[in-house]
Amino acid sequence: MIADLTRAERLWAMLILGALGLIGLAMAIGGRNDLLGIHGWIVLAAGLAGFIAVMRGRDAPEPSAERLNEYYDAPTRVGLILTLLWAVVGMGVGFWVAALLAWPDMTFDVPWLSFGRLRPVHTSGVIFGFGGNALIATSFHVLQRTTRARLPDQISPWFVLLGYNLFCVIAASGYLMGLTQSKEYAEPEWYADIWLVVVWVVYFAIYMRTLARRKEPHIYVANWYYMAFILVVAILHIVNNLAVPISLDSAKSYSLFSGVQDAMTQWWYGHNAVAFFLTAGFLGMMYYYLPKRAGRPIFSYRMSIISFWGITFMYMWAGSHHLHYTALPHWVQTLGMAFSVVLLVPSWASAGNALLTLNGAWHKVRDDAVLRFMALAAIFYGITTFEGSFMAIRAVNSLSHYTDWTIGHVHAGALGWVAMITFGSLYSIVPSMFKRERIYSQKLVEVHFWLALSGTVIYVFAMWNSGVTQGLMWRTYTESGGLTYSFIDSLVAMHPYYIARAFGGLLFLLGALTALYNVVMTIRMPAPASDDPALDIPAKPALQAGE
Amino acid sequence: MAGLIERDKVSGQTTTGHEWNGIKELNTPVPRLLWAFLITATIFSVTWTVLMPSWPGINGYFRGLLGVDQRVAVTQSVEEAAVERESWTSRIDSEDFAAIQADDALMAIVRETGAALFGDNCAACHGTNARGTPGFPNLVAAPTMWGDDPETVAETIRVGINGTSPETRYAQMLAFGRDHMLERADIDAVVSYVETLSRPELAAGMDADTLAYGAEVFAANCAGCHGEDARGMTDTGAPNLTDQYWTYGGDRASIRQSVYHGRAGTMPSWEGRLSPTHIKLLTLYVLDLRAHEQ
Ligand code: HEM
Ligand code: HEM
Repeated sequence: MIADLTRAERLWAMLILGALGLIGLAMAIGGRNDLLGIHGWIVLAAGLAGFIAVMRGRDAPEPSAERLNEYYDAPTRVGLILTLLWAVVGMGVGFWVAALLAWPDMTFDVPWLSFGRLRPVHTSGVIFGFGGNALIATSFHVLQRTTRARLPDQISPWFVLLGYNLFCVIAASGYLMGLTQSKEYAEPEWYADIWLVVVWVVYFAIYMRTLARRKEPHIYVANWYYMAFILVVAILHIVNNLAVPISLDSAKSYSLFSGVQDAMTQWWYGHNAVAFFLTAGFLGMMYYYLPKRAGRPIFSYRMSIISFWGITFMYMWAGSHHLHYTALPHWVQTLGMAFSVVLLVPSWASAGNALLTLNGAWHKVRDDAVLRFMALAAIFYGITTFEGSFMAIRAVNSLSHYTDWTIGHVHAGALGWVAMITFGSLYSIVPSMFKRERIYSQKLVEVHFWLALSGTVIYVFAMWNSGVTQGLMWRTYTESGGLTYSFIDSLVAMHPYYIARAFGGLLFLLGALTALYNVVMTIRMPAPASDDPALDIPAKPALQAGE
Repeated sequence: MAGLIERDKVSGQTTTGHEWNGIKELNTPVPRLLWAFLITATIFSVTWTVLMPSWPGINGYFRGLLGVDQRVAVTQSVEEAAVERESWTSRIDSEDFAAIQADDALMAIVRETGAALFGDNCAACHGTNARGTPGFPNLVAAPTMWGDDPETVAETIRVGINGTSPETRYAQMLAFGRDHMLERADIDAVVSYVETLSRPELAAGMDADTLAYGAEVFAANCAGCHGEDARGMTDTGAPNLTDQYWTYGGDRASIRQSVYHGRAGTMPSWEGRLSPTHIKLLTLYVLDLRAHEQ
């Protein structure tokens, strides 16, 4: 890893890591009477550990110029492993909070084991830890293959990957200590937010610098989506997190927005986090790995165009469907609903484009669990977006809102779409990334597929049932016009579904563990005698970094 | 690699001529069905925005042809619901407790509506079956501390106990040990004595002198609130200590804890949160539970 860096880059790395350590030290000292101080120590430890690692490797010989004839995949390799580790952590905590909802006494009166603190560890762990690492790792891979250009240098990809994971660690550890700005999916406090902005700008710069040096005349669809993901997430993140810290040595800050403007800003953010983090990024993934694995051309370039612009344009206006029947003015709700309904068209066009691409390769879907993961992801994407547009209709939302139906919808998307496309893509590149001939066990991939599918189906059906039951119980009136059920009656009715959900989640988690095991065993397999890299290299002549 | 346009055998379509690391694209026209879908969805949505409050302007927004407004709608439906319920709520409001209790049809409504009302407001402390949880009394079977005639129960609900209402009922069990009002030996003696009040069989295993001394301590310190006979007093809200119902537990350790550290539980003042009708309804509901228990 460090031997890959040029001498100059090693110096830069030491400078950056040293600066990071100093910032950590300042936070630790300034925030010693605050939880900020603990994060200071974590940052200091991260900076110091990196600094020492680079320092110890700084005298290694300069990497050979040969490297410029190859793609730079080391960050992708590490990213793939981090993806799996976060999957296990995030889904493990997901399973735990699912069990907490069925057996609420399991907090044992320990503050950091309480539902309120663990839930964001789950959501951030899976969305940012698992999903984010998967997006970063695959985007570096796809970007180089589809531009036939090597990443511009060897330090910024590491900065992005490791810096991003530092953000994830700060976020998760903060939740456990009770640090949150109480905005869903944007819980981390101001200093973590600022750090993420820095990381994200570098990420975008890598994309632009690589695209600028591309050796293909056209930019492939996958890159449109990855870029939309990076750019829009930056905008969302910056705007929704505008806040004033109460002082520089405190973790606490106050949002710039208040009241209904705050709610609208938050759900403009929240919905587009779904759109550009959980959808656009993973569509980028799908657009590369699915046709590649199927060995089929994309069904329709024209449909790609329509769906891309439809999705990027329409999602932006749909956020208010999260605030139906609230203090938000009625007219904003109407517009959110109107855009959400039309949004179904480009969404289904994307799902359809993916599924029609499989025409002529359905026998492969049958035989190959990896491709089946991706095909199923496209189907779940279709189901989830249909459900989403349906739930965005005000009258439907009056039933579904605040219920487990939303949770069912979320996980149809999260498990069925996001996680399945990720696992499919991951299995399809792990062998080539680690220069192995094949995955360690195709059987285990098959096992994982069925665990994932049955887990998702159990989870989603349990939540559909419980959500609709809940919604109906809350609105059932007696003859005399009073409520038939108290809230606690509806909780009692949820109990069996919560157990079923925890079980479905457990199956899904076991699948993720299988994947981790399979990938570790693949890496530990002996390398093939001769690998033939000729097929997987950038365009010649080799490009100098920064050219 | 660009330029080479091929024909795909499976679909019969041509490629666009673009290729990225082996991935090609077909130039398939957008299916008619998709256009139809897009047009339908757009027509639906645009129509919807014409009917409903939607497009913003500089000073305000387009109200929509149907003149719907969610604030008006919610106010209206709340009013309608009230009108619908009036046939029986007006009777709850106007008739006295005995008359309502005698009317089976009305009591059926009380039971039905009261269950949800109790579940949403009271069950968190008193339990879904109203039989109490540690720290909160059993409302079905235990004697009431402030009196069990309907007016008194309704008043207890209205003002609460140690609540926020200026008229709240006020009751505190003093911390005799922590505040050094009694010696340790006095406390041990009075705890033994209190134990025997509800479980006389325990006396056999205890030292008679201690019990006698405990009784003295009780008379001097506790009887003022709990009564000479320890059967509780509704004036002070102090509970009966001779029965089998314990708010905080009747084992020796719990009794000792109560005497040493005192107790001052809270019941919220419900006035302002619940309407007078609801308070009366809950009173009837709880008394009905009690009546069925006996
Ligand atoms: C092992 C699998 C999983 C289990 C057992 C699980 C369980 C849970 C539970 C119990 C909740 C809280 C629901 C509530 O508050 O009522 C939740 C929320 C959530 N989970 Fe998962 N989850 C799993 C996987 C995932 C994955 C892979 C993702 C995303 C990629 C994800 C995304 C979310 C999100 C976004 C929420 C918040 C939903 C909302 O607030 O509406 N989950 N999950
Ligand atoms: C056409 C596309 C979609 C539309 C119109 C849509 C619409 C909706 C609606 C109406 C809600 C419920 C809001 C509420 O009642 O609070 C919702 C919640 C949610 N959706 Fe979607 N959805 C779509 C696709 C997706 C996809 C693909 C995912 C991917 C994982 C997803 C993830 C979520 C999440 C995480 C929430 C929960 C937000 C929260 O309350 O915490 N949605 N969506």
